[in-house]
Amino acid sequence: MSTSVVLQQVEKRYGDVEVIHGIDLNIDPGEFTVFVGPSGCGKSTLLRMIAGLEPISGGNLLIDGERMNEVPAAKRGIAMVFQSYALYPHMSVYQNLAFGLETARLPKAEIQQRVQKAAEILRIEPLLKRKPKQLSGGQRQRVAIGRAIVREPRIFLFDEPLSNLDAELRVQMRVEIAKLHNDLGNTMIYVTHDQVEAMTIADKIVVLQAGIIEQVGAPLELYNHPRNRFVAGFIGSPKMNFLEAKVEAADAAGAKLRAGGSEIVVNRAVGAGGDEVTFGVRPEHIGISEGSGVELANVKVDLVEQLGGQTMVYATTADGQALTIAVDGQRAVPPGSTLTAYVDPARYHVFGKDGRAI
Amino acid sequence: MTARSYSGISATERAVPFVSWWSRMWSRNAPGYLFLLPWFLGFFGLTLGPILTSLYLSFTDFDLLTPPEWTGAANYVRIFTADPKFAQSMRVTLSFVLFSVPLKLAFALGVALLLNRGMRGLPIYRAVFYLPSLLGASVAIAVLWRQLFAGDGVVNEFLLMFGIEGPSWISNPRFSLWTLIALAIWQFGSPMIIFLAGLRQIPTDMYEAASLDGASKWRMFWKITLPLLTPVIFFNAIIQTIEGFKSFTPAFIISGGTGNPINSTLFYTLYLYQEAFSFFRMGYASALAWILLIIVALFTGFSFLTSKYWVHYDN
Repeated sequence: MSTSVVLQQVEKRYGDVEVIHGIDLNIDPGEFTVFVGPSGCGKSTLLRMIAGLEPISGGNLLIDGERMNEVPAAKRGIAMVFQSYALYPHMSVYQNLAFGLETARLPKAEIQQRVQKAAEILRIEPLLKRKPKQLSGGQRQRVAIGRAIVREPRIFLFDEPLSNLDAELRVQMRVEIAKLHNDLGNTMIYVTHDQVEAMTIADKIVVLQAGIIEQVGAPLELYNHPRNRFVAGFIGSPKMNFLEAKVEAADAAGAKLRAGGSEIVVNRAVGAGGDEVTFGVRPEHIGISEGSGVELANVKVDLVEQLGGQTMVYATTADGQALTIAVDGQRAVPPGSTLTAYVDPARYHVFGKDGRAI
Repeated sequence: MTARSYSGISATERAVPFVSWWSRMWSRNAPGYLFLLPWFLGFFGLTLGPILTSLYLSFTDFDLLTPPEWTGAANYVRIFTADPKFAQSMRVTLSFVLFSVPLKLAFALGVALLLNRGMRGLPIYRAVFYLPSLLGASVAIAVLWRQLFAGDGVVNEFLLMFGIEGPSWISNPRFSLWTLIALAIWQFGSPMIIFLAGLRQIPTDMYEAASLDGASKWRMFWKITLPLLTPVIFFNAIIQTIEGFKSFTPAFIISGGTGNPINSTLFYTLYLYQEAFSFFRMGYASALAWILLIIVALFTGFSFLTSKYWVHYDN
């Protein structure tokens, strides 16, 4: 049976400095939740508070409805995979996997059976006699996950577990962790600063900034309906374009904006005439062929990157604002040329001066 | 163009006279040799020279006043067959090393563990605990130690407060060596600092992972701290053992240079000193010095051989 985690006004203070400011969050049983945000946003601190490695300064942590603030880490039914793997270098892989079970004084036969099962799941059976220093990065990562699995915890916590791996291995391990979640069905909480990782494995993403939650939602919900400019910029790769714009005329049904040296008509109320707003559009929602949307701006091409399946065009608008365009396929766009950018009318965003989505 | 060999020196170049080659080498490397000169002078003049001389002297009869007389292996034969003081001094030194080194290391590790808990004023404690290591081998401290453990010394006065009449620790052969062992343990600062540095190297992640597994502090110490500290323990053990074998000043001062009572503090180096500078048997003393060197080398070699079974290196 899976486990729920509830945070109620959870705070963390170091002396007078508050780093987590009253966080409310519900994590449903069996859900794969990813905490994502830039460095220093408090995501790892929050995870460590759930683990019991950091005391909670205020609020409540409930696991399956039971208050856990003062419960020691070992009694929360949690296993954690650390960024550094935290494998004991003097122990073999088997001993590393068995350490927690030996600590819990489980019978030897059961320890052996659990270690064997975890080794099978992670395909590390041939490595059981090796020392961590004899393993590759990916193998070490598997052992670290195995150490969590053998304990049969209620909740798995992952603290940036893939950041020490190379790009190829990261993708491979990402898929394996997602599969593991499907197989085990446990509640998992995962911390990363990599939004691609978050988008690909999460059921629910929690975007954090400076100790507060900016938005919680399913990956595509965050991608399609970011609540503010920070989330819009953080989720999605390449990053969303932001053009400083001014409302020229507005009524309840729409508005005329001036952005990038052109006029853009938007079909929603975005404030009053004279207001300054930000017009946001993702690079993949901009086209360069007539008919691919409404006209956005005439731009001068600065640089072109051919990625094979996609062509990235880095351009500048007439009023000097940068615009990135991602078009499918291999398109011959000469640098220095001028082209017209079109935007899908259903896929743009407008943010008020306070950064909130309008 | 001149054809060049793999060494980078052409056949023509090889043919030039040695003097020319030397002057070229010298002009190229002179600054380096000049910087090394003080070390070369010190090593050849003050270290290697005396070492080789003492090796030669160990096969001679030499009293400093008359020229050394070659006696072959006579000194070594006498040491191993007809010198009860050699056996006694070896017994005393081995006992000293056997007890003082493990106790000193255990004490140093204990204090390092306490200091590693992130307490306030750590630099002050560190300096205070390190101070005895700086003072320990000095004559002044040895004199102080004699005052502490004398029959009417501070230790006995303290014991008297509890109605215990202590012996004269220094003049009682049952306790005299132990006062020197206590002095050695008191100088735990140096290994403590190294232990402290070693403890700082152990990633906190490992303790956190263990705490999530429910490991007690005791289990963490035995299963994580101690194994990961073995390279540092090994280093400290080697250094302290060599120091132990070389220990001289405290025994010299406390026993007044005699090694008494009943040769119970006759350290090997003290016996060597007596032979050299009290009886002017320089050849015999040199042989003793070489035997000590071989014993220390054997011990160190044995330690390195066994280290692969108990010292855990991360890489």
